Amino acid sequence: MAQKVAIVGTGQTDHKSHRPDVTGQEMIREAVDRALEDCGITIRDIDAIVIGNMDHFESINYVDNWSIEGSGGFMKPIMKVTTGGTTGASVAIAAYYHVASGMFDRVLAIGWEKNSESDTTGAIITCSDPIWDRFSYSGAIPSLATEATAYMKQYGATQEDAARVAVRDRNNALNNPHAHLQRPITLEDVMSSPMLAHPIKLLDVCPRTDGACAVVFAADGEAQRLAKKPAWIHASAVRHTYSWFGDSTDYDAGLVSLARASQEAYKKAGITDPSRELDVAELYLPYTYAGIKWIEDLKFCGRGEGAKFVREGNTNMDGMIPVNPSGGVISTNCIGATALLRVAEASIQVMGKGGKRQLPKVNKALATGFGGCFWSDVMILGAERS
Amino acid sequence: MDNIAIVGVAQTKYAERKKDKTCADLVFDVTRAAMEDAGLALEDVDNVVTVSNDFIDGRTISSMAVGDAAGAHDKNISTVEGDGAFGALYGAMRTLGGFGTTLVVAHAKGSEGDVKFITNGMFEPIYQRLLGLESISSSALQARMYMDRYGLTEEDFARVSVKNHANGKNNPYAHLQLDVTVDDVMNSEKLADPLKKLDCSPVSDGAAAIIIANESHISKAKTKPVWVRGMAHCSDAYLLGDRDLAVPQSLAAASKKAYTMAGINDPMKSIDLVELYDAFSYMEPMWLEGMGFCEAGKGATLLDQGVTAMSGALPVNPSGGVLSSHAMLVAGLARIIESVLQLRGEAGQRQVENAKTALAHGINGACGQAHCVWILGNQKK
Amino acid sequence: MEKWLEHVEPLTFKGQIAVPYTWWAGETGSLFLMGLRDKETIMGCRCNSCGTVYVPPRRTCAQCFTDTGEWVQLGNKGTVQSYTIVRFSHPLQPVEAPFAYAMIQLDGADVSLVHLIKKDLDKLEKGVRVRACFKEKSERKGHILDIDGFEII
Repeated sequence: MAQKVAIVGTGQTDHKSHRPDVTGQEMIREAVDRALEDCGITIRDIDAIVIGNMDHFESINYVDNWSIEGSGGFMKPIMKVTTGGTTGASVAIAAYYHVASGMFDRVLAIGWEKNSESDTTGAIITCSDPIWDRFSYSGAIPSLATEATAYMKQYGATQEDAARVAVRDRNNALNNPHAHLQRPITLEDVMSSPMLAHPIKLLDVCPRTDGACAVVFAADGEAQRLAKKPAWIHASAVRHTYSWFGDSTDYDAGLVSLARASQEAYKKAGITDPSRELDVAELYLPYTYAGIKWIEDLKFCGRGEGAKFVREGNTNMDGMIPVNPSGGVISTNCIGATALLRVAEASIQVMGKGGKRQLPKVNKALATGFGGCFWSDVMILGAERS
Repeated sequence: MDNIAIVGVAQTKYAERKKDKTCADLVFDVTRAAMEDAGLALEDVDNVVTVSNDFIDGRTISSMAVGDAAGAHDKNISTVEGDGAFGALYGAMRTLGGFGTTLVVAHAKGSEGDVKFITNGMFEPIYQRLLGLESISSSALQARMYMDRYGLTEEDFARVSVKNHANGKNNPYAHLQLDVTVDDVMNSEKLADPLKKLDCSPVSDGAAAIIIANESHISKAKTKPVWVRGMAHCSDAYLLGDRDLAVPQSLAAASKKAYTMAGINDPMKSIDLVELYDAFSYMEPMWLEGMGFCEAGKGATLLDQGVTAMSGALPVNPSGGVLSSHAMLVAGLARIIESVLQLRGEAGQRQVENAKTALAHGINGACGQAHCVWILGNQKK
Repeated sequence: MEKWLEHVEPLTFKGQIAVPYTWWAGETGSLFLMGLRDKETIMGCRCNSCGTVYVPPRRTCAQCFTDTGEWVQLGNKGTVQSYTIVRFSHPLQPVEAPFAYAMIQLDGADVSLVHLIKKDLDKLEKGVRVRACFKEKSERKGHILDIDGFEII
């Protein structure tokens, strides 16, 4: 029988484009210190650690071993979990299983990246198959652009429809003191920003960020002791189905991994009408078009209705299902931490610790991760012990 | 906590260069073979943990290449980067935490990269990496410190190599099948004093898979279950200069925790065989000390007294160990697999008689910074 | 010959991960490297809690998980705690083999620094005293190899 598990504390760095003042380990420690402080414990109370990032962004082999000074892993169990862009969610899910197994009571999940230390696209390109794909693969933006153009053609969505997602997220970020990009933007700003790969423009995509996130997971019993209002893990689900970029070109089918993972998670959590039953969604939207398309896969609205759903304000802070109160990935993207930040921000909303970005009464929250070869991870958190 | 067991295992023969198979091919082969071994179908396996390393595979998100091959289509999957024993540990946690049956699979093709560049990447980039440190030279620093601390000799280490290579000859999966003498080891090419070529493991290609099942799902499998009775992992400090390299304190801590979980007070009495991560000859006696089979500095004495021989009270590395086959990442999982085969009584010519309880071991990082210890048994308690 | 090789030529494809990296040394690390470059001094730092003096210095004591505090100037001499004479050559190495790596406990430090020893290799043993040899000022650039190596005293 799986042990019940809740998140009891979170910590994150104040995210920036460059952190010349600290090494990676030192930056990780900032997030860890804040997470421990958030739930009033010290590193001595931590039973095990899970850490993740992507090797070739900093060229550190065996990050679990390297991280010890920052993660607090000296003479503790520590392991590394890494799955590309979904890493942060995979780390959260691994921390969940560390506790659910009954082996550990208090587990620290850490995601981090110092994207300023390398050429992000140069590293991402090497995820493609060295023999078959690498000569032609040019990184995340062009491959997402193919998804965007297919969607626009199918449903008549416009560049302005996507731009609204950037305006929403970037303006939400003004309420998040940790967010990397903190300048308000308008629809015109997005539309007039430089074209990168049609139809994706500079302000449609996430930045590269230096930052870290740490989250404390605790077992039933311990969780209630450490947090006034723990964020209980109601469900998680994962689909990393494709291996080849050419496998996932049936764009008419939507983002299949997200549709399947979210369906599984909704079923486990007893959710039948997600846009009404969920109180907030922290979604891994690496670019704006995902903000209109992928919410259809999440069943927030019907096929082809994403643009309208966003345009009508349903995903705003005062809407039916507020999306990304934190400012999301478009405002902060320290890649190995990015999906863990979604989980952290969702739990912050459940715990009621969101400060200026806090929504009233959050009972159920959704967090997602995206990465790899159009892969998705999903976690549902709730105020009720479950 | 639930009871869990290993119900299926498979590994490739380890070899210098598998030219006919890609990483995905190797993963597919062992995935299918592990399911066949367990008598389980693809739909009986409800989730997957792959083990890969972006430096070894020369690829960012190296897990992307093998998920489909591991049968993970439309299933929950995750990836541990590190030794396979750690990947198996996460698989065990998932099997304790809600899943019924977990497949764990690791692969490596050492032949496709340059192990020195890959292991140089473990070292601190500002202060250590530019010195050119990699696994052999850093391990040599550890070996020297160990020798100086306890008055050990290079011959003490050479005898480990002789024993394990002799054992490897009985293992059809082993990469090296060598007849070696102490003189052969002593006269083999000097790499980094005190380590010589035959003190070092080879670089192998290979893959391995295991299937772990919750007790609630065990009846589906056709094999005799091998129960997971204890498991633990622990990491020491990072920089070599911060550690006492002659004393594996993180191994001692992990072993103690695993023994407690398994209800073992006296490991020498309770454990029938050990499969440990002897990437270099000196590691075997040092790890035996860390595991508490003898006092500090007495690991080599165990071998001299014949305790660790096939006929001894505690056969160590009947498979030939990592010295005989070293597919990185796979090697820790291979230790678990050999233990399972021994406990099932299916180890052929290398079978340890009456084996009931085994210790399997994996390491991560330079000079065994982190250790993972498994206690397996053919009895539930 | 394996059977499949009778009708298939095993083709290979060459590649490498060629991503350029720029690691930040951080405030603490930069001060240490500046000390090597500008003053030929080796700085360590002491943990406020357990008193351990670390080199290279770092912001956190991993054992206590607290800030290290005070900077400590270490001696440029130290004692060899372990060593290996490397006999093989590889493009990673900054010098031609044979040379030695040594774990050197500098005077005033509680941990060892790993560095190079290039000559008198036959005199190496545990406990020998060594001294840091710095590169010429014009060649120093705030790098761990501003110390060219250590020599046996």
